[in-house]
Amino acid sequence: MTTAPARPGLAPGIRAAARIVAAPDGRGGTALPVLDGAGPFALRRLRAYGPEARVALVGAMSAPLGGDRLTLTAEVEDGAALRFSTTAATIALPGRTGAPATYDTRIRVGDGATLHWLPEPLISARGSDLRSTTRVELAPTARLVLREEQILGRAGEPPGRLSARLTVHRDGRPLFDQELCYGPGVPGWDGGAVLGGHRAVGQLLVVDPAFEDAPVAPRALGATAVLAPLAGPAAVVSAVAPDGLRLRKALESGDLLADGAMWAI
Amino acid sequence: MAVGEAIPPTASRAALLVLADGRFPAGGHAHSGGAEAAVKAGRVRDAGTLEAFCRGRLHTAGLTAAGLAAAAAAGLDPLALDEAADARTPSPALRAAARRLGRQLTRAVRATWPSPELDALAAARPRGAHQPIVLGLAARAAGLTPLDAAYAAVYESVSGPATAVVRLLGLDPFDATGVLARLAPELDAVAARAADAARGGLDALPAGAAPLLDIMAEVHAAWPVRLFAT
Amino acid sequence: MHLDHPDAYPHRHTYSAAHPLRGDGSRRALRIGLGGPVGSGKTATVAALCRELRDRVSIAVVTNDIYTREDAEFLLRNAVLPPERITAVETGACPHTAIRDDISANLEAVEDLEEAVGPLDLILVESGGDNLTATFSKGLVDAQIFVIDVAGGDDIPRKGGPGVTTADLLVVNKTDLAPYVGADLEGMARDAKAQRGDLPVAFTSLAAEGGVGPVADWVRAQLAAWTAGPR
Repeated sequence: MTTAPARPGLAPGIRAAARIVAAPDGRGGTALPVLDGAGPFALRRLRAYGPEARVALVGAMSAPLGGDRLTLTAEVEDGAALRFSTTAATIALPGRTGAPATYDTRIRVGDGATLHWLPEPLISARGSDLRSTTRVELAPTARLVLREEQILGRAGEPPGRLSARLTVHRDGRPLFDQELCYGPGVPGWDGGAVLGGHRAVGQLLVVDPAFEDAPVAPRALGATAVLAPLAGPAAVVSAVAPDGLRLRKALESGDLLADGAMWAI
Repeated sequence: MAVGEAIPPTASRAALLVLADGRFPAGGHAHSGGAEAAVKAGRVRDAGTLEAFCRGRLHTAGLTAAGLAAAAAAGLDPLALDEAADARTPSPALRAAARRLGRQLTRAVRATWPSPELDALAAARPRGAHQPIVLGLAARAAGLTPLDAAYAAVYESVSGPATAVVRLLGLDPFDATGVLARLAPELDAVAARAADAARGGLDALPAGAAPLLDIMAEVHAAWPVRLFAT
Repeated sequence: MHLDHPDAYPHRHTYSAAHPLRGDGSRRALRIGLGGPVGSGKTATVAALCRELRDRVSIAVVTNDIYTREDAEFLLRNAVLPPERITAVETGACPHTAIRDDISANLEAVEDLEEAVGPLDLILVESGGDNLTATFSKGLVDAQIFVIDVAGGDDIPRKGGPGVTTADLLVVNKTDLAPYVGADLEGMARDAKAQRGDLPVAFTSLAAEGGVGPVADWVRAQLAAWTAGPR
């Protein structure tokens, strides 16, 4: 795991935004007419794979720090296919003022479009305070694979404070809406109902109209991970684990996409 | 007052005691709120770990349920709330339980505070609407406020596990009740937060989640032998 | 034994176990509860009743296990009824609560069975094994059977308790074991009479061929009275 370069002068409270637009290129592939990033966001176009455009976010400086306000927007237009990743874990760090940082991700996926949103984990470092929101709007025939992983504290340290809300709407109606809050000042977060001593938590969410006719059956994937169908054409693997490696293994053990080879992870 | 006649909103605060009573015959006694699975996994062992469990449940699932209940009591569209509840309940075992409990509560409320709004919801969701939404409509029919509905929901979110753990562990019932009493100030805070959020409409409703509750609910549902339904 | 109860269901105007008529004006299924201590033979009685009556009567069963589905699975294994006619209700370690204090889950189960496999003539609701004080709510069943056995102690009828005293039929099972456990059957009958007055008592040995006969006869009489009730 690499760490982004230190931020010059540690200027607190930056505002930064990045935006990705993916659209069909008219030749069966996907073009990236917009790929804008500034400050801590450096977006890199990777070599395309079949119909799919690929983008990696490269951490250009330490972020988010307390007081930062970051916004990331992705639009996948009708019929396009985009795969998003990050080159390293995102580490939430304390700022100088103690103010919380915000990190808001806004995603829209059009009809017949596919998005794989597979960032590396978010690590909540000691003393940090991050409020993250991810809001996804899916068209009725859009497909989505979204992975979200949170690691509470770097090796051997207690976590900072983290709240992460993930909201997915499909055809304008709510499909998935969860807010996870951990760390100092959050009541009960480490008790037997929430994390019970685990330090890595995540989910792999898959939305595919094909689930309408063939929903997955709920299944335990070990002692602290399950695969479950949502109330809609979607399924989620949810897991808690002692660390990030075991979390990733649990999330991938659902073989959620085994038969969907065309657009597998 | 004739049966079916609307009761003025300030009619009876005591109706909240009836609604929130653990003996209200709406099926809650068969549910441990995840406590049975937590006991088996060793995460709830004594009064201290029960308190941590209840505190976590209160501030996650309890807050979410209270928001939905307050919103229903405030008159937001119950069917839209039912969708919002589905989206906030990724575990199919918990969605099924919430609907079953909603249906059982509907039966009890039709006998206690009949309401055309509840009848309409029951007709639209014959297999049951999510329980917190029925709870909100029950509060509304009983002349209670959205905050009252939130109180009933948050109390239920901790009283169920506490009662279950008395049965599961043979925990001293005085210790279990002590846990509930110590949580009382937090119940106040969470109920107030839920009722505030309900004033902001559908998008402002809390969505607090507890990963272990969701994961363990599925694991528990697959046990061949268990004492509680959830 | 009094098997003739033409007035078992007289003109009650306050049927609490749901209105006796269905929406179409026909009479809904008769609901009979079976309670009693653990191991007295409730599930065996239900199984035997189903075998005895199923050819002429449309039956379904609701079980209330202490541990989920144990009794339901016994009935399924023994194939006394098709699986869609057997439903298990979960009781949260309190079987008596589910049949008396909070009957909502059992009412759901009963109505779901009527909806799924109805019209039914008879629904047997079996309680999880509990103690001598556990009785069914009148909001759930129309009549109840309390099952005890001679091996549980021949002083049970004398001790009384709501189940022994008020059940519409008291079944004393495992009479074949009486010589081995030193149970005094005549004394039990005398004590039961003292506690129950004219309410019937059936002594059974389910181990014997046709052993459930007296209970089946009583159920048939109840069904006849129920069917003949007011419309």
